[in-house]
Amino acid sequence: MLSVRDLAVSFNTRRGVVDAVRGISFDVSKGEILGVVGESGSGKSVTSYALMRILDAGGVIKAGEATYSGVDLRRAAERDMRDIRGREISMIFQNPRAALNPIRKVGHQIEDVLRHHARATRFDAREKAIAALEAVKINDASARYNAYPFELSGGMCQRIVCAIALACDPRLLIADEPTTGLDITTQKAVMDLVRDLIRERDMSSILITHDLGLAAQYCDRILVMKDGVIVEQGDPAQIFSDPQHPYSRKLVDATPRAGTDVRSLLPPQERGTMVTPKISDQPLLEVRNLTKTYMGKSGPVHAVKGISFKINEGQCVGLVGESGCGKSTTSEILVRLMDATSGEIIFDGEDIATAPARGFAGDARRADIQMVFQDATDSLNPRHSARQTIAEPLRRLGRMRGAELATRIEELATLVGLPLSLLDRFPHQLSGGQKARVGIARAVALEPRFLILDEPTAALDVSIQAVVLNLLVDLRIKLGLSYLFVSHDLHVVRLLCDHVIVMKDGEIVEQGAAQNVMSNPRSDYTKMLLAAAPAPPQRRKTN
Amino acid sequence: MLATSPRLRATGLRIVQAIPVVIGVVVISFLLTRALPGDPAVYFAGVAADADSIEQTRVAMGLDKPMAQQFLIYVGDLLQGDLGQSLSSGRSVAEDLAKRLPASLELTLTALLLAIAIAVPLGVLAATRPGTWVDHLCRVVVTAGVSLPTFFTGILLIYVFYYLLGIAPSPLGRLDFIYLDPDHVTGFYLIDAALMGDWETWRGAAKQLILPAGTLALFTLAPIARMTRAAMLSALSSDFIRTARAAGLSNRTVLFRYAFRNALLPVVTTLGMVFSFALGANVLVEKVFAWPGIGSYAVEALVVSDYAAVQGFVLAMALLFVALNLVIDLLYTAIDPRIGFSSK
Repeated sequence: MLSVRDLAVSFNTRRGVVDAVRGISFDVSKGEILGVVGESGSGKSVTSYALMRILDAGGVIKAGEATYSGVDLRRAAERDMRDIRGREISMIFQNPRAALNPIRKVGHQIEDVLRHHARATRFDAREKAIAALEAVKINDASARYNAYPFELSGGMCQRIVCAIALACDPRLLIADEPTTGLDITTQKAVMDLVRDLIRERDMSSILITHDLGLAAQYCDRILVMKDGVIVEQGDPAQIFSDPQHPYSRKLVDATPRAGTDVRSLLPPQERGTMVTPKISDQPLLEVRNLTKTYMGKSGPVHAVKGISFKINEGQCVGLVGESGCGKSTTSEILVRLMDATSGEIIFDGEDIATAPARGFAGDARRADIQMVFQDATDSLNPRHSARQTIAEPLRRLGRMRGAELATRIEELATLVGLPLSLLDRFPHQLSGGQKARVGIARAVALEPRFLILDEPTAALDVSIQAVVLNLLVDLRIKLGLSYLFVSHDLHVVRLLCDHVIVMKDGEIVEQGAAQNVMSNPRSDYTKMLLAAAPAPPQRRKTN
Repeated sequence: MLATSPRLRATGLRIVQAIPVVIGVVVISFLLTRALPGDPAVYFAGVAADADSIEQTRVAMGLDKPMAQQFLIYVGDLLQGDLGQSLSSGRSVAEDLAKRLPASLELTLTALLLAIAIAVPLGVLAATRPGTWVDHLCRVVVTAGVSLPTFFTGILLIYVFYYLLGIAPSPLGRLDFIYLDPDHVTGFYLIDAALMGDWETWRGAAKQLILPAGTLALFTLAPIARMTRAAMLSALSSDFIRTARAAGLSNRTVLFRYAFRNALLPVVTTLGMVFSFALGANVLVEKVFAWPGIGSYAVEALVVSDYAAVQGFVLAMALLFVALNLVIDLLYTAIDPRIGFSSK
C-alpha cells in the first residue's frame, strides 16, 4: 500500500544542510500496524512529515521514492496532496491539546475537514461531526461538539484529534507519539481505541514512538531508526528477544520492564557492580496527616487529603500516581516550597511543617532537603553556565568563595559524571542527559540528607534515562541519601525504589515494599495502573 | 437570571468594573488641574488689576472656597452635564468639546483605519513569505514609520502634495472656505455630508482629511504591521497548524480561520495602544495642518491657565481611554473563548 525507497530528507538551516533522513526503505501493507521506534533526532517524525509533504520550512525530500497506492507522493501536485491528506492518509500528533485550534469549537474543527473533503454539506455537517465524535467513543458527543479544547482533558483532546484524522475514512493513519504526555491509563485507553478503530476499518497505520514497549504491544512489525537510517526491522518479539544491531540491543536493554534490575538497563560493558544500600530502621522523615486545600473558583479543592507515610534513613520511596493525584503538591510541601493546610512533617525529629515555606530558604535545614526537578531544561537558568548553576547553592547557603568553591564545583561535576570541559557551557549547549547531571549536581552540592526527585527522567530518551537512573543509584549509596522518587512510570519505580506509595485523588490507596506492591497489588487502582503499563516481551537471550 | 451564559456575565462584570475607574478619573482630573502652576485669577483679572480686583475675580470664579467644596460644586455641575465656562473662548467647555472632539476623532479613526488596511495585510504577507521582498518592504515601512516624527512627515507630505504637485488642498482646517459646513449630526464631516447626500462637500472634506490622516497613519502602521507579522509567525508555527495541514485543509482556511484568528489577540492589544498614541500624537499633526481638534484646544487652554477647559479636556480624554479599554476587553472575549473563565 505504501512503499518508501531510499527516502532522504534534509533541512537547509543557517548552519548548513542537515541530513535528517538518510536513505530509508520500508513498506506498509494493508491492515498492518508498523512501529517506527527511535530516540530524539533519529528522523522518525521527519519521515512521516515528508510522506505527508508537511515538512517545516527549509525541509526538502532530497532523494528517493514514496508511493502510496500508485501515487508518487514526492512529485504529486500540492492540490492533489491536499486531497490525499485527511482523506487517504491522516495523522495524529503528540501533545493533543496544542494540536487543536484553541479558539475554535472542536465540532467546527471536525466540520472543516469533512466539508473540505466534500464529505458533508452545510446541512448535515453538524450531524456527521457528532457521528465522528461518537466513533471515537466520546460520551455525550452533541454536548462536546460545542466544547473548546481548553475545556477538555488531554485524553479527550487526543480523541478529538483522532476524530479529525478519521472523519474522512483514510486508509492510512500515521500516529506520531500519540500518547506522550498522557497518563498511563489514558495512554492505554487511547491506544486501544486507535488499534480497535484501525482493525475495524481495515486500515493501515504507522505508529511513531520512542517507547519500545508500547510499539511491541501494538505493532505487527517494528523499524528501529537511528540518525536517519533504519538499523533493524522485524517483528516485536524477535527484536526484543534477539536484537541484531548493537543500537537496538542498547535500546531493548534500556527499556525498563519487569524482572530486571537497574544495572541491566546499561549496555553490558558499562554495568558496574551493584552495592546494596544500607537502610536504617530509623525514620528520617515522617509525614502525619498532611492535607492541602486550595481555594478554587468553584469552592475548595482538596489536593491532598490527610496522608501519612515514613521514609527511613537511606531508603528510596517511590510516589506513584496519575496527574492530579496530589503527588506534585505533596513533593512541593515536603521540599518546603509550599505550606500545608494541616499536618506534621517530622524531619530528623523536628516538625518542619511549622517553618513557613516563604522563609525556608534562610532556614538551616534548607541544605538538608533538596530537589531534582522534572524538566532539566526549564529548571536551569538559561543565562547561567553549568558552573554558575552548581555554584549557586554553594555560594548562598554554603558561603563558599574562591578556590574552595572552584574545587567543590569540579568535585561535584566529577561525582555526577559531567566532563569538566562542559562546565562553562550554557544549558542550550548541553544535551538532555548533561542538563540532568547539572540539575543533580546542584541538588547534591550541599550534601543534603533527603532528595526529592520529581520525575527526573521523564523528558529523557530511554538510553539516557538508563544512565541517569544508574547515576542516582550510585549517588544514593555514595552520599548516603534518602530519596522520594515521584514518577508515573511504574517500571522505573520498581527498579529504583524499596518502598512504594500509590496515590489517587489526594489519598494513599496503597503502600508497601516495592516488590510486594508490584507483584501482589491489593488495591484495584494499583492493579489497573500495572495493567495499563505497556508490557514489553521478556528478553530471552542473556548476556 | 444570574445563570445566563458565563461569557455574558463576564462581559457584564467588565462593564461594571469600569464605573470605579470613571469615578477615579473625575477625582484625578480635578486634582490635576488644581495642581497646575499659575493662578487663573491673576490671569483673568487682567494686566492692570490690583490685589483687590484679583480677589474679586477669585471670589467670582469660586476659587476662594475650600478644595472639598470646590470639588462638590464641580461634581454637581458635572452631573448636570455642565463642564464649566472656558474663560478664553467664552463658550461653555461642553460646547467647545462637542465641536472639537469629533474633528480629532474623525482624524484619528480615519488614520487608524488606513493604517489597519495597510499594516495587517502587509504583516500577514510578510509572515507567510519570510525573506522575500514583501518581508523586506514590511521591515522598511516599520523602520520608517517609527523613526520619522509626525511633524516631519506632515510637513514633507504638504511640501510634496500641496507645494510641488498641487494635488492636495491647502492644509488649513477641515474644510475649504468655498464649502459650507454640513449640518451637525455626528460632528464627523464625512458622515454628516454623506447623510445630507452632499457629495461635493464630502469630497472636499475627504481631500482635507487625506494628508493629516496619512501622516498619522504612517506613524501608527509601524507597530501594527510589526505585531501582525510576529503574531502570524508564531501562530503559523503552532502545532494546530500542522494538524490542520495534515487534515488536508486548504491554505486559505489554514491561514485565515486557523492562524489569523489566533494571531488577532496580540494585534488587538497593539491596536488599543496605538490608538492612545495616536490621540497623543494628534497635537502635532493638528498644529501642522491647522486642524481644529481637541489637541490644539488643550494646548492653548493650558498656556492661558484656562482650568475649566483643561479639566474638560483631561476628563474627555480619560473617559475615551476607559471606553477604549472596555471595547478592547470586550473584543478579547469575542475572539478568545478562554478569557472570562478560570483557566486552571
